Amino acid sequence: MDYLLVTLLQLLTTIGNLALISLGLAVIFGMMRVINLAHGEFIMLGGFAAVFATQAGVNIWIAMLVVAPLAVGLLGFIIERLVIRHLYGRMIDTMLATWGLSLLLIGCATTFFGNRVVGIAAPTGGLRIGDYSIGSYDIVLLGIAIALYAGCAFLLMRTRAGLRARATMQNREMAASLGIDPSRVYAVTFSLGAALSGLAGGLLAPVSGVVPTMGVAYVAKAFITVITGGASPILGSAMSSGLLGIINSTMNILVSPVMGDIALLLAATIFLRLMPTGITGRFFKGKA
Amino acid sequence: MSLNRRQILQGTAAVLATPFIARPAFAGSSIQVASIFDLSGGLEIYGQPIDSCLDLAIDEINQSGGLLGQQIEVAKYDPQSSIQLYTQYSTEAATAKKASVVFGGITSASREAIRPLLSRYRTLYFYPPLYEGGVCDRNTFCTGSTPAQTIGVLLPYAVQNMGKKVYVLAADYNYGTISAKWVREYAGKAGGEVIAEEYFPLDVTDFSATIQKIQAAKPDVIYTLLVGGNHMSFFRQWAAAGMAGQIPIISTSFGGGNEHIVLSPAEADGVHAAFGYFQEVDSPINKAFLDRYHGKFGPDAPYVTEHASATYNAVHHWASAVRKAGSTDRLAVIEALETGIPFDGPGGQSVIDPSTHHCATDVHIGRVKNHSFEIIETFAKQQPSDTAAVCDLIKNPDETRQFEI
Repeated sequence: MDYLLVTLLQLLTTIGNLALISLGLAVIFGMMRVINLAHGEFIMLGGFAAVFATQAGVNIWIAMLVVAPLAVGLLGFIIERLVIRHLYGRMIDTMLATWGLSLLLIGCATTFFGNRVVGIAAPTGGLRIGDYSIGSYDIVLLGIAIALYAGCAFLLMRTRAGLRARATMQNREMAASLGIDPSRVYAVTFSLGAALSGLAGGLLAPVSGVVPTMGVAYVAKAFITVITGGASPILGSAMSSGLLGIINSTMNILVSPVMGDIALLLAATIFLRLMPTGITGRFFKGKA
Repeated sequence: MSLNRRQILQGTAAVLATPFIARPAFAGSSIQVASIFDLSGGLEIYGQPIDSCLDLAIDEINQSGGLLGQQIEVAKYDPQSSIQLYTQYSTEAATAKKASVVFGGITSASREAIRPLLSRYRTLYFYPPLYEGGVCDRNTFCTGSTPAQTIGVLLPYAVQNMGKKVYVLAADYNYGTISAKWVREYAGKAGGEVIAEEYFPLDVTDFSATIQKIQAAKPDVIYTLLVGGNHMSFFRQWAAAGMAGQIPIISTSFGGGNEHIVLSPAEADGVHAAFGYFQEVDSPINKAFLDRYHGKFGPDAPYVTEHASATYNAVHHWASAVRKAGSTDRLAVIEALETGIPFDGPGGQSVIDPSTHHCATDVHIGRVKNHSFEIIETFAKQQPSDTAAVCDLIKNPDETRQFEI
């Protein structure tokens, strides 16, 4: 009984982690169609921001939930103004530019922060379930992931700002002719995506430790999740996180973490072969 | 005497090049050695103390009058954790610099990239880090410990004091997988058993599934052979799950990357490790060594790992062989090294075993307490019996491979 419960929590945790690392990309790639290969580095910088803020004496929750997204969101804003805004609609060019950006950020982080793992201890303790003991922080992460998805869905679907953002992404000229400033909407949306990535990095810092090259491990998973999710970025990412998370953690538990990663990639490949437009593209055509 | 065009060209080139090549050679007439250790990139944390200890050893030799009346000059290369740079720099060290000896390599992969090269260029090679054992090459000397020496003492200790059922976590590359085989072997010999083995790619960061599996398996002791960043993730998550101190953890890689200093005492205290060297080894030689080390590099210099102290030993082993041979000629030095001159290093006495070119060395078991290791037990003169089982350079001096044992 307790084993079952722990396994279930385990499953939910994996889903939560996957959802968390994909959310920023769901906004930047899913909505804006900007192939952001520096997504992993945004996560990494969020992690560094949280760690340094904590070491400087900031309360750990504030460091993770406020400092990390603000710092990376600001950086995202600068990058959008300097680089990305010149490249909208040119997929290959954005891909190359953000790839270069990713290498640049790794290089800078290595130079300034050193190539070693830094980290902070998890702010919450263990939780006892029958014979097992698990980290309660995992559950906190899951809760935050759910709240973030709900928040983003609300922001995009139910608020005026969300409506403007969606309109701009669907048809820039039309939106402009209706009095929306597309350039501003793009900048704000990109910064929001970056901030969400930074937030994910900050939240994951206690779990995984932070090192300049850590982004590489996340970027592929995030892309696969968002692409598998399909046309509706927020709903799609949530659903594909669930699907891929279940596959990943089942194999983790049954076989090994190596097989877990292989299964995740293989499953994504097969899904995309069967449903080229992703989960939401197939089943939610025209909605959301 | 007739010269063809090629000889004239070569002669001209040699004359033109002389000022560049000869300058270091004649400046105070020094002995050239080379070092190739990762001082940046992912392996930086291993490379920094190694580099400092190499400097310290060379300084000591130079200040005591040098070797054969000459000063040692070291050409340092930083391969930045890239194998390709390793091969490039070792070629340069052997050909352009004409180094008498190369000290280098941190990972087994980097060693296997440059070992054949240096054999081919007939340049003596020292590989100091601890590793999985099995290198059998007359041109190569390994001064770090091997599994027979560390796992061989740690497992009997664990089985006796902690219990029989061992759960193994290992990094998924040659160091981890080969060492895990040794853990199984020595667990059996000590009367214990390995109940599960799990291998992790170096970029895995989420250990929660494993932590749950460990709890379900209820082992008496966990053996970790993880390496690098994810090693610390495991301990963080283990502690965050409230498991710190619940099941004893032993390791022959923990501490090699300063894990015990980066992790908090709540996360790391109680972990047992076995190495040929801990900074906390209590001996006059080690105290004097650490005084010199901190005198040169400051009180905040990185923790001296076994990798680093074995590098210090390697330089001194080479120097005493050169003194004995009266020359830096490769074969003469190899023969002198094969006589097994003992060196009293900071971790204890180290003696080169002529049949394997590995060292018999003292091994210590330490327990983490508040960012440092308490030495619990010391085992004198542990032989590299794993490598000795497959390698006999006295009988087969032409052997140049790494055995998988």
